[in-house]
Formats: sequence, C-alpha cells, structure tokens
Amino acid sequence: MRENLHRFLRAARGAGVRVSPAESIDAMRAVSRIGFADRGILRDTFLLTLAKSQDEKRALGECFDLFFSQPEPAQDTKQDESNSDDAEQADSSAGSDSSSETGGGDQAENLGPLAEMLLSQDRTAISAAIANASGAASLSNIRYFTQRGIFSGRILDAMGVQRLRDDLDNLTATKPALAERLQAALDGLRGTVRDTVSQALLLYGREESENLRNEILRNAPLARIEPRQVEQMRALIRQIARRLRERYSKPRKRQRRGHLDVCRTLRRNAAWGGVPFLTAWKRKHRDRPKIVALCDVSGSVARVSDFFLLLIHSLHEVVDDVRSFAFSSHLIEVSDILEEKSPEAAMAEIMSKVGFGSSDYGNSLADFEKGWMDTITPQTTVIVLGDARSNNLDPRADILRRIAERSKRLVWLNPEGRMTWGFGDSEMPRYATFCSVVRQCATARQLERAVSDIVATYQ
Amino acid sequence: MADNRPTASIEAVESGLAAQGYIASRQIATAVYLSQEIEKPILVEGPAGVGKTELAKAIAAWRGMKMIRLQCYEGLDEAKALYEWKYAKQLLYTQILKDKLGEVLGGAQTLHAALDQLHTFGDVFFSKEFVEPRPLLQALEQPAGCVLLIDEIDKSDAEFESLLLEILSDFQVTIPELGTVSAIAPPTVILTSNSERDLGDALKRRCLHLHIGFPEQKLEERIVESRVPGISQTLRRQMVGFIHEIRTLDLKKLPSVSETIDWARVLVLLQATELGHEIVRDTLNVLLKYEADIEAAQPQLTTFIAKASRQGVSG
Repeated sequence: MRENLHRFLRAARGAGVRVSPAESIDAMRAVSRIGFADRGILRDTFLLTLAKSQDEKRALGECFDLFFSQPEPAQDTKQDESNSDDAEQADSSAGSDSSSETGGGDQAENLGPLAEMLLSQDRTAISAAIANASGAASLSNIRYFTQRGIFSGRILDAMGVQRLRDDLDNLTATKPALAERLQAALDGLRGTVRDTVSQALLLYGREESENLRNEILRNAPLARIEPRQVEQMRALIRQIARRLRERYSKPRKRQRRGHLDVCRTLRRNAAWGGVPFLTAWKRKHRDRPKIVALCDVSGSVARVSDFFLLLIHSLHEVVDDVRSFAFSSHLIEVSDILEEKSPEAAMAEIMSKVGFGSSDYGNSLADFEKGWMDTITPQTTVIVLGDARSNNLDPRADILRRIAERSKRLVWLNPEGRMTWGFGDSEMPRYATFCSVVRQCATARQLERAVSDIVATYQ
Repeated sequence: MADNRPTASIEAVESGLAAQGYIASRQIATAVYLSQEIEKPILVEGPAGVGKTELAKAIAAWRGMKMIRLQCYEGLDEAKALYEWKYAKQLLYTQILKDKLGEVLGGAQTLHAALDQLHTFGDVFFSKEFVEPRPLLQALEQPAGCVLLIDEIDKSDAEFESLLLEILSDFQVTIPELGTVSAIAPPTVILTSNSERDLGDALKRRCLHLHIGFPEQKLEERIVESRVPGISQTLRRQMVGFIHEIRTLDLKKLPSVSETIDWARVLVLLQATELGHEIVRDTLNVLLKYEADIEAAQPQLTTFIAKASRQGVSG
C-alpha cells in the first residue's frame, strides 16, 4: 500500500500540487491514523495535509478521483501465482480451445502465456498483467506526450509480445481462424495499453508538459499566437501577474527604516527618565506605483496591448492607481471597462470603440493632452505600448516631450524588433529621444521583464 | 488496518462540537481530529463570517480548555505577541542592587575578589521573573494545554509569520537571554485567515490547510436550527433557500453564515411565519452590507422568494 501512496504523491506533483518531502511524511502519518476504510475521509485527509490553497485543493481532488478510478495493480505475489498457474491454465484453456476449434491440442500447447491469456479472454488477468508490466516499465516516470510510443512498446515487450508474434506467425500457417482471433485480441490489447499510457501521462506528466508548453508560449511572439492558444496565454499572464504580486506586494520594513527620530524616541522613553529603551525611527517615504498606460490597439499591436492591459490590471495589490487609455485613430479612456468586465468582453468592447482603425499617433497624443494631461504627476510612470507607425502623419513628438517632463518616467514598449525601428513610417527614433526607457516587448517573457522593472523602480 | 475507529472518532468530534452549538461538516471534523492526532496546527481560510473564529471557541468549550486569543494587525511584533521584559522592575532591581552592593560584596578586599564574588552572585537581571508573557508564551505555559487562536494572520506583516514558525512546528520559543521554552502540554493551535494576502509557503507547510466555504443548504439549516431554536421549520427552509439564491448573484460581499443567523433572529423577533416580499425588503439590510448590493438584489427578490417558498413546500 505504501507503494501506491508514493505513486499517488507523484501523481499529485504531476497535477501541480507542490508536495515537499515533509508534507508527504505528514500525509503518511495522517493516513496511518485514518486508515483506508473510508474513501471520503481519505480524500479529505489528503486535501488537508497536501493542498495549501483552494486551487491546489481542486487539482488534488481531481487527481485523487482519477487515480483511484483506475484498477489497482495486482500484488507481486499474485503474479507469481498466476505464473505458476500458467502451465495448468494453458492446458485447460488449450483443451477448451482445441475442442471448440478443430482439434490439434499439440500445437495450441506451444502458444506463449500472453496468447493464452488473450484467447481465454480473462479480463482481470489481462488488466493485472498490464499493471504489472507498467510497473516493470516504470510507467510513472512518463513526462512528455512524445514518450507515449516508447512506454507502450516497453509495456508490450514486458508482457511478452515478441512471443505472441511468433505464435501468430505459426498459427497463420496452420490455423488461420485462430490466428485471426488472436490478431483481433492483440489489437484490442494495444488499444488498452495505449489508454493506460495516456492516463498515466495525464496523472504523472501534467506538470512537465505544462512547463514545456509554457516555456514555448512564453517565448512566442504575442502578436502572432493562434486563437486556440489565447486562453492558455491568458492563464500564463495571470500566472505572471501572481508572481509579480507575490514579489512586490509584501511591505519591506527594513528598507524603509531611516534615521533615528530623536523627538519621538525621547517622548516614548519619558517614563524611564529619558533612558532610550525603545527607539523610534523615521521612515523613508515610498511612492505607491502610479501608472498611466497608453496602448495602441490597431492591427497587429492589438493582441499585445490586450495581454499587457490584462497584466497591468491584475496587479491590484502592487499597483493601486492605473489609468489605461486605448487608441488607434483617436484615444479613449478604458480603465472602467477593464475593471468591470471580463477580459474577453472588455477587449471586445474596446475594439468596437476604437480598434482596428489606421493608427494616428499625433491625433491620439493630442487627444490625451487635451483630456487627461492632469492625470500625470511627478510620481507617475507613463507607459506607451505601440509600434510607432503613424502612417506618415504628424507624430506630434512635442506632446510626448511634455508628457515626459511632467512624469517620473516614460517607458515605450515596442512589439517590433529594434532592427525595424525607423524604417518605413516608423517614428520610433524621434519618440525615443524623450523616453527614459525604450524596449522591445513582443513575447510574454519580455512583457514580464518590462512590467517587473517598472514596478521595481517604486520599491 | 481497516478498522472503523477513526470514523467513530471523527463522529465523536462532530457530536462534541455540535453539543457546543457548532455544526461542523465532516471535513472540519476530520481536520480537528487530525490536528489532535498528529499535533499540527490548523490554518483555516474562508470568507468572513463562516465561523472560523467560532470553530476555535467551540473546540475550547468542548474540551474544557482555556482559549488564548492573539488578534493580528499590521505592526504586531514580538513584544506584543511573545514576551516583553518588565523594564521598570528591572530598573528598580538595579536600584536595589546598588544600595545592597556593600552587603553583596562585603568583605572583599581587592577588586579581583569583588569581581569573583560578583560572578558567583546569581544573574537575575534577565530571568524568568522579569519576563512579561504575551499570548504566545502564555499558551506554552498552560499546564493543562489550551486552544491558541491566532486570528486573522493575514493582517500581520510578513516578518511576523517567521516568528510563528518555531512555535508552530515544535511548540517552543527561544528567548535569547533565557534559552528555549517548550510547551508543558502542546496547545491546539488554530490560525485563521481571510486570504487578504498570500501567506508564506513555510507557514502553510507547517499547518493543516482547511478551507471553510459557504455551507450546503442542509448543513446551513442545521446551523440555524442549533443557533436560533425559536424559528419554525418552514421559515427556516425558506430563508436558507433564499440566501442560497442571493449567493448566486455577483455581489461585493455575499451574505455568510453569521448574516444568516442574524437574519433568522430578526425574523423571529418580527414574528414572521413565512417569507413575504414585504418583510424581505424591510430586512434586506441585515443580509447585505452595501448599498450597491441591495440595489442589485432588489429586482430579483420576487423570483427568489417564489423559488424559496416552493422549496419550503416541496421539501
């Protein structure tokens, strides 16, 4: 049973629940008190000891149900018995086979144990054999979907498929009808093994394949990801947001401690005749991040803006004041839309209002200066996200200069590569002179770095 | 190993808590049983008002133990949670020592001899007598054990969590001047959190993690039954059904169990026998705490009441 618990813990890790050795020891101790009599209580016990958040509880619950839905592998002793029984079983089943077919028991006796098992259609024996072979092939080490073939092959080998093929060849020559039955049974077995491997991949390999997928996704250009990946990308962005929140939301006292506050120290220690038992310290003033984001939502930049806005607006704990604006040919404020609606609905509404026009940076900047210039204070970081391709219209870089003068920092994130800046209708070099930082921002990784740096300047 | 002893013990926990007026789900009872068996603290998370603090009180009352409560807030530190030196008494002590110095060192002829005598003299300046125990230390010093409730741990600073680690895993604290103080009897520790910020992994690892959500309808009816005995069965079923409907709305603050109980009390006080539109509208402010929420719920009231009263009849 302990072997099964270990396998369950490994499956739990695969499901994304972080299980440390200490936690698994606790779980073992708890289980030893609880016993295996009541599955419901056992489930509760695992949820209490292993999962540390609600998401983990849900994942672990699913994992528990999946794990205990599969037939438990037979014990080794049973396997030995069945091995020793094989000869007798072979005899009897061969006898029945030969009687139902056309005699010739001498040839049937030459069949391997696997062939016998398949022909006798003993389901429990077959699933037990598969389970044992999976153990032998250490199926619980499966990590990636590309390994499915290898593990299926290993399991079939361990079950003695080689011998089966030989039998099949012999039978095709002598008894075609029996050979056909065996072939059909073999196909069935292949299917079962494939299902077993897929289930194991689901149980044990989820974390690795998710890491791999996220790694690929992180470095994929945001503007060109496929529609089916959008949902995964949103999940990834939320994950990034959580990480940034965890890193920056905890107040750090020590860094804020300044000089000794003499007045307060004296006052506080008046009771002890001014002997300074308790000290009072001045605190360094620290700004909370204030961000004004101007996002181009025209054409290819739209998707990057979408993810950027999602990221910025999921940082409530870290950034308490965000104003977002979207523009293509003109500019509107979109903070309220993003706060109130789900990401998909919000983006759809923004797009219907300003999206997909031909971009006019000059006009949009003029709109901003007219309506919202006073939102920029010396504590504000202004982030502009866009490719700076203004269709040869007046770029109005003078407005950007005024924005830069009013703000703490002006950061320009451009989804295009540096090589293309300044070519065609790109106004990037002209804008770049007024920016504190200019960086390329085409993938989720670059997005994370950019936002992380912006927030870090306030710490 | 498949005996039914644990199941029986879990049921014993359930009935023990029920005797104190706390109706626990099986998961809660399992957590309480496990925390006792493997001596681990329970970290309870969940929305406000689902009975996290009540759980600790019920356990204390059930086991007949003292409950020591530490309410966390921003800026809570060692001196307020663990121990503090009695500065004033220490000062007095040095004053007395100064006066008696002649007696203590009496007869020493040379400076060296005086120093020797001083060393043999017991150092009581930093000693147990001058320690003012705060809740955490008090909990360790209870000879009969106790229930230690560390309430709203998420309100405290991240540094305070680290302070708790030693007491949570080993039931001991280290005072630099005195050494390690171990618990006489390991206390039952309950931590509660509203998930206002994410707690550190180190803290979570040392605890059983229990999430209490809104209870199921049957359970909530039993809770109301135990807390507000005067309410009729039909009304109870109707009002709990109504609250479950309200919880499906997208509100700022969903009504939780404490609001249900308050509302049941109000309904009993107003001598309502049935859930009517009039009475719901008049008492909605007991359930919903935001003006915007009440406005959002208003248009749905009629349908919810109809649904709830149908449930009362059929159930």
